[in-house]
Amino acid sequence: MNDVLDRLLDGDHRALARTITNIENRAPGYRDLVSGLYDHAGTAEVIGITGSPGAGKSTLVDKMAETYRNRGETVGVIAIDPSSPFTGGAVLGDRIRMASNVGDMDVFFRSMSARGSLGGVSIATADAVKALDAFGKDRIIVETVGAGQNEIDIVKTADTVCVLVQPGSGDDVQMLKAGILEIADVFVVNKADLDGADRTVQELREMLDLRGNAGSGRNDQHTGHDHHTGPETTGNGATASEPADGAALKQAEADPDDASDDGGSDAVWTPPIIEAVATHGEGVDAFLDAIDDHHAHLDATGEAAAKARERYAEEIRTLLREDTAALLTAEIDARGGIGDLVDGVAAGETDPYGIADDVLDPVAACLRERREDG
Amino acid sequence: MSAGQTQQPIRCLVAKVGLDGHDRGAHVIARAFRDAGFEVVYSGLHRSPDEVVQAAVQEDVDVLGISILSGAHNTLVPKILEGLDEYDALDDTLVLLGGIVPDKDQDELEEQGVSAIFGPGASMEDTIEFVRENAPDR
Repeated sequence: MNDVLDRLLDGDHRALARTITNIENRAPGYRDLVSGLYDHAGTAEVIGITGSPGAGKSTLVDKMAETYRNRGETVGVIAIDPSSPFTGGAVLGDRIRMASNVGDMDVFFRSMSARGSLGGVSIATADAVKALDAFGKDRIIVETVGAGQNEIDIVKTADTVCVLVQPGSGDDVQMLKAGILEIADVFVVNKADLDGADRTVQELREMLDLRGNAGSGRNDQHTGHDHHTGPETTGNGATASEPADGAALKQAEADPDDASDDGGSDAVWTPPIIEAVATHGEGVDAFLDAIDDHHAHLDATGEAAAKARERYAEEIRTLLREDTAALLTAEIDARGGIGDLVDGVAAGETDPYGIADDVLDPVAACLRERREDG
Repeated sequence: MSAGQTQQPIRCLVAKVGLDGHDRGAHVIARAFRDAGFEVVYSGLHRSPDEVVQAAVQEDVDVLGISILSGAHNTLVPKILEGLDEYDALDDTLVLLGGIVPDKDQDELEEQGVSAIFGPGASMEDTIEFVRENAPDR
């Protein structure tokens, strides 16, 4: 396995591909491999792209990759598609749109299936990003359908989260209300040449304005907090909006430069709305500029470091959740399998809570003993 | 419930190469492979051999299924095989060919590294079974 790592660091494409496979498969030894990656990762800029199916994500990613390549930067792309809940199979079609980077191995494009495991895909994605990072990619783009919590978890791990909206479907904006709005750092209204694009831009702007008012409590707590984590934002906004507004105003008066700078160094980031026609490459430069602005903002405010910390925390949590689940699955198997336990419930002898307690109690007792022993 | 099986699905690339614009067959295969529990990357139409190689290497697929109906198999398929070889990927990739390939060309292609050729009338079950049995063990 170390051999693969060495080859990856040497720039061997196949070793990189195999590393990602091992990560996806949780192949024996993959943990050591990922640990090895950590020493070499941390330089790449990670961009998350999400939006409803057909919004133009893959097409935009293709154009982004092309533009970055023209600027002399190397690009890694991870595109995640859903898998069938019945067979586990998947058709991964995002590659079809990657037409502008034919034969350019410095665009490393990898399709991943969600493989139906809760939380699993987000950690596999994070690890795959590490692999691309260690390989030396300058920009890493993670693309996923923004349909559920899983996808939001994936894309949230990016430095800059971009949400694609297409005009003419109120549903999109409806969907945005339910969470994606809060994680977006940059909005792209794609297919801006279609009727209704203006309206979509307008709707987004209104929603952002609303959010701005409701969430202005964030102004004075930009240290250490990701400014768009949901519950805090709304919670504080409602209770603490008055003093916070005052503080923000004072800050603006005291530091006019900061307030007038619409680029990177504002304390609070307002997601820009970029209009684009990805198929023609229109708006792509403006979009990439907005991403750069956001990155500069992260660096200037210290949010980058806070984000990284949050990301590590989330990785540790997810990993522990997964590992514990595996441990408990093994324990269930050792007790004769889930079927036997279900029989007990079906026969009315016990209930799921009782069983869960039965299985967990020895584990909890064991941990308690260990802690007491020091 | 066996975790091992759900975690390691067979990965396939279904590729259309050259100027051949007929992809109904490729779609049917992609769909059938998906239903068999495989992860299928579909290349899209009109790919060059280089692109197919790039995709196969980056996606690290176990199986490469090339669909070709244009008659250019003797030109395009060897280029793909050579490309795979350049990346040391030929040995552990199961290369399948589907479409219209005359009998007289088949031996030569198989000698160069194609594992099986499925022509018109090939049964889906047989194809899937063949993949399951012959997908490289990694």
